[in-house]
Amino acid sequence: MSRLLEGIIEAFTLIIQFDPYLWQIIILSLQVSGGAVALSTLTGVPLGAFLGLKPAGRTRFISKVLYTFMGLPPVVAGLVIYLLISRSGPFGVLGLLFSPAAMVIAQFTLATPIIAGLTMVGIRSRGKEVQETARTLGANRLLTAWTVIRESRFAIFGAIVTGFGRVIAEVGAVMIVGGNIEGHTRVMTSAIVLETSKGHFELAIGLGLTLLVISFLINSLLYYLQGGGENSGWK
Amino acid sequence: MAGNNVVLRVEGISKVYDREVLHIEKLSFEKGKIYGLIGPSGAGKSTLLRLINFLEPPTAGRIFFKGRELDVRGRVDLKTQRGMTMVFQKPVLFKTSVRENVAYGLRARGLPKEEINKRVAVLLEKVGLESFAGRRADSLSGGEAQRIALARAIAFDPGVLLLDEPTANLDPHNIEMFENLILNLNKEKGITVIMVTHNIFQARRIAHEVLFFYEGHIIEKGPAQKIFSSPEDPRTRAFVEGRMVY
Ligand SMILES: Nc1ncnc2c1ncn2[C@@H]1O[C@H](COP(=O)(O)OP(=O)(O)O)[C@@H](O)[C@H]1O
Ligand SMILES: [Mg+2]
Repeated sequence: MSRLLEGIIEAFTLIIQFDPYLWQIIILSLQVSGGAVALSTLTGVPLGAFLGLKPAGRTRFISKVLYTFMGLPPVVAGLVIYLLISRSGPFGVLGLLFSPAAMVIAQFTLATPIIAGLTMVGIRSRGKEVQETARTLGANRLLTAWTVIRESRFAIFGAIVTGFGRVIAEVGAVMIVGGNIEGHTRVMTSAIVLETSKGHFELAIGLGLTLLVISFLINSLLYYLQGGGENSGWK
Repeated sequence: MAGNNVVLRVEGISKVYDREVLHIEKLSFEKGKIYGLIGPSGAGKSTLLRLINFLEPPTAGRIFFKGRELDVRGRVDLKTQRGMTMVFQKPVLFKTSVRENVAYGLRARGLPKEEINKRVAVLLEKVGLESFAGRRADSLSGGEAQRIALARAIAFDPGVLLLDEPTANLDPHNIEMFENLILNLNKEKGITVIMVTHNIFQARRIAHEVLFFYEGHIIEKGPAQKIFSSPEDPRTRAFVEGRMVY
């Protein structure tokens, strides 16, 4: 039997038997990426909405910066965060290096420009007219902002899902700032790198399959969101 | 002009983008009248409505609403903002149900639920769309959407209704319906209507007073009858006779 097929069979066994090592890694991955994306949403959506409501001409420079950071290589983000939080760095006293918190910071750095940038684009198409309509109908500032975000909800959900898809799959940043410590900072991607190099293919394949399933779910969600939630039951 | 009948007054108002696109020395609107704003495209009609409705601050000048001067450069005063509303050429309906759209301004004002439901039902009937309450707003035709936009705008009884070419994209049947709604509103509630229209015949049909805009200025203003039968300015004459190319 080929090594791949063998690996797949063993991988399924591990997943189904709730192998603690495997599941601990999966759960940590979801926690780190989920936490990072939650923070990125809180900052990126308001930022993107703010920029999306400004005339495109006045945000040209910041848009370019945002687009550049959307494509930031994870290893570069990892390196910069590493230098900032390593013991001799400016935030060294916080002792964050090789901790899940460090990984959250790194992935936050990667996800925020994506969420802000895609929110900006989503809001630009209709945000201004929605904002003006809300105001002519007597909405206060808070309700106006909420209405603008609500009207672009599919684009914004899409932005958040895209951000999550990017960070859950990245390995460079978490490796550098997390250190891939077993039981502490080992996530799916860094575990795949390690287990492959050690020849433990069944574990690597099990994690790879899990990542694929997550990716499939994310893309299904995106597909649905890009259709504007066609068959959704909103009232 | 009957001083205490004035709901809205502008003084020395000006808007400059890359050049001055609007300049009006003195202009007032009286309660309960329908004003038709006509003139070539680019003459500043929409700009005036946008300044009045705080969508844009004027470069200079003063605006008075019900005798009170507005702080046009400061924060928009919500109470004043809520005394008027605007319907645009292209209806911007929210991606919710027809019912939720009509209820929007009432919810914004924190009215009780039963009151909102009651008013929404009355409004939907008024615009002839009572069976559409649960429909997705983005499934409406252009004419239906504009009627819903109007129902949503008048839901909270604004004293001043600003209309920016609201029927420009509608078919004759919907235009007639829309005009009748405006006329009834004006008659029943004494609502002041300031309507920009590209259609001279429409101004003729429903406006009491007509204002002719030309290159950022109001060239002529007077009773509709007079503007159409005996305009004083040659430019007004050219426009109402359809000889002005625009
Ligand atoms: N945001 C803007 N920036 C620059 N110029 C503008 C802007 N809005 C309107 N204008 C200009 O102001 C002039 C008056 O426009 P508008 O009030 O829309 O005219 P009307 O409604 O009479 O057709 C036009 O020349 C238009 O191009
Ligand atoms: Mg206009």
